[in-house]
Amino acid sequence: MKIYRVNMSNLSFTQEEVPEEWRLLGGRGLTSAIVAKEVDPTCNPLGSKNKLVFAPGLFAGTMVANSGRLSVGAKSPLTGGIKESNAGGTAAQRFAKLGVKALIVEGIPEEDKWYCIHVHKDGVEIKEETELLGKGNYEVIHTMTARYGENTGVMTIGQAGEYKLSTANISVKDPKGHIRSAGRGGLGAVMGSKRIKFITLDDNDGAGIEMKDKEKFKDAARIFNKALLEHPVSGDALPKYGTNVLVNILNEAGGLPTKNFRMGRFDGAEKICGEKMYDTIVSRNGDPTHGCHVGCIIRCSQTYNDKDGKYLTAGFEYETIWGFGAGCLVDDLDIIARIDQMCDDIGLDTIDTAGTMMVAMEAGLLPWGDGEGIIKFVEEIKEGSHLGRILGNGPNFTGKAFGVTRIPTVKGQTIPAYDPRAVKGIGVTYATTTMGADHTAGYAVATNILKVGGNIDPLNKEGQIELSRNLQIATASIDSSGLCLFVAFAVLDSEPASHAIIDMVNAQYGTNWSVEDWFDLGRSVLKTEIAFNKAAGFTSKDDRLPEFVAESIPPHDAVWDITNEELDQVLQF
Amino acid sequence: MQVDVKLFASLREGRFESEKAELENQSRVIDVIKKYNIPLEEVHICLVDGRDADTEHVLQDGNTVSLFPPVGGA
Ligand code: SF4
Repeated sequence: MKIYRVNMSNLSFTQEEVPEEWRLLGGRGLTSAIVAKEVDPTCNPLGSKNKLVFAPGLFAGTMVANSGRLSVGAKSPLTGGIKESNAGGTAAQRFAKLGVKALIVEGIPEEDKWYCIHVHKDGVEIKEETELLGKGNYEVIHTMTARYGENTGVMTIGQAGEYKLSTANISVKDPKGHIRSAGRGGLGAVMGSKRIKFITLDDNDGAGIEMKDKEKFKDAARIFNKALLEHPVSGDALPKYGTNVLVNILNEAGGLPTKNFRMGRFDGAEKICGEKMYDTIVSRNGDPTHGCHVGCIIRCSQTYNDKDGKYLTAGFEYETIWGFGAGCLVDDLDIIARIDQMCDDIGLDTIDTAGTMMVAMEAGLLPWGDGEGIIKFVEEIKEGSHLGRILGNGPNFTGKAFGVTRIPTVKGQTIPAYDPRAVKGIGVTYATTTMGADHTAGYAVATNILKVGGNIDPLNKEGQIELSRNLQIATASIDSSGLCLFVAFAVLDSEPASHAIIDMVNAQYGTNWSVEDWFDLGRSVLKTEIAFNKAAGFTSKDDRLPEFVAESIPPHDAVWDITNEELDQVLQF
Repeated sequence: MQVDVKLFASLREGRFESEKAELENQSRVIDVIKKYNIPLEEVHICLVDGRDADTEHVLQDGNTVSLFPPVGGA
């Protein structure tokens, strides 16, 4: 395996050996290690000292299911801390097949020009780009697919990334030419700051992955794949209803954040829920079950058609539907689907854009529930108007511009779709993860609400600190493997599945890891990230939820009762 | 007594979204599950008035019972 390094300051490319310290890292573990080692934590995230790192996971390119997630890392312009965001799509497996363990992009071009990068078996070409500037992600993907063929991997930024907005994401082409996003933390702005509009990947004649013991790997992968299909969540519920099945259960449990986290239930929930979405998709000849990369056997994604049966959007997730739906009091799934499609095309993180719209509604710029108004505002972001530039920089920036204090963020990043008072375990994760409010960093909802991996009362603070800590560690390991987080439902409930992961590491890399070594990987990833954030200026005061969590939230009148001292214990290990 | 019964995801198939159920006093969650011929192994989560409850939980007039099969996401 090798490292590809691109320096945009002098438009040069080098190929490097993988240093021993990075050999057993992949995905988030590798992006965070590289960012921590090579990026000055105090640097301006949009300046020349920041680096953008792409890394497939440890298992990318192998036969194990759901192993095609791509990690992207940098210092985040949204949070000011270290960032890893991962996505499905067609890129990670291409990197792996090329034998590329990471692509590191550094520097900023001197000339006022834009570029595109083509990655292939002999290295990287850096070319000037003019044609697709100002265009959306769909057009980039279609144009590149036409130019290089169906099998080309594409990573692209939309207008939001070109404007270097803090909510800009990086879009990755999926097998059908739709979009998956490395959504959070403004990584699209970092790519834009380096003046790269898109990156294409051609894995023809790549060196391929190395595998120490093929047979042993195959055996373990079979056990793992079987466990995914046998678990009722990854085998039945996710393929059928997708993630949006969560609307109803969170609503019933009183944890669906409604009207910018004022209530835990939304009157319009039934109109935007997963069951309704499934019926709508089927009645319009969409596809309810779709995988975001080759080899995904859970296939939680879907394609959602409009009323005329024409493709509208894909990868239409619970978080997006919650954010623009219950969060903003919009109860029309078709409007939310249009907003999702626009965010994908412009290259905006849907959670942070939804958080921004909640703040805009607080400010009185839009009435609550005004879905068409949100569409107009997203259009402003696309056009790059002055208002659009404010909105595109996220909830904190927008709140400051308009004097709003009720801002649903931690470390500048929007709190996702579970109220921290009614689902306390996830609140602990929001407050303490290195990433800024991020549900995927330690998904305590599984144990608090879904009864997977145990059952801990969401309304009681008992056990939540430990739960979040353990999940944050386990997640850092999973994120390094390149496995989709949704394998965790089976892994948490099935010992053979969790042991299979260790067996696969050992078979592929010739190691002799125990379960403890696997969790040590997660611990060391977190320690690296914590140290970076500390050096960037973060203190325990940044590990706090917004002030409004002191108010109680109906229907359970739940309050946030986890103390700061308790929060400060989460990442002590 | 009367309780509101709400079904979700695959439990809705061939049944209903929500219904008012007439039950004997002292009925438990399991009686609701039986009343609608829902195979017990299909029910993974029972909420009574939005709080986790086991199948032996004794219901009161006016409760809302929400039943879910295994579901997940993020
Ligand atoms: S389960 Fe969903 S998010 Fe995970 S890899 Fe498959 S389609 Fe992508």
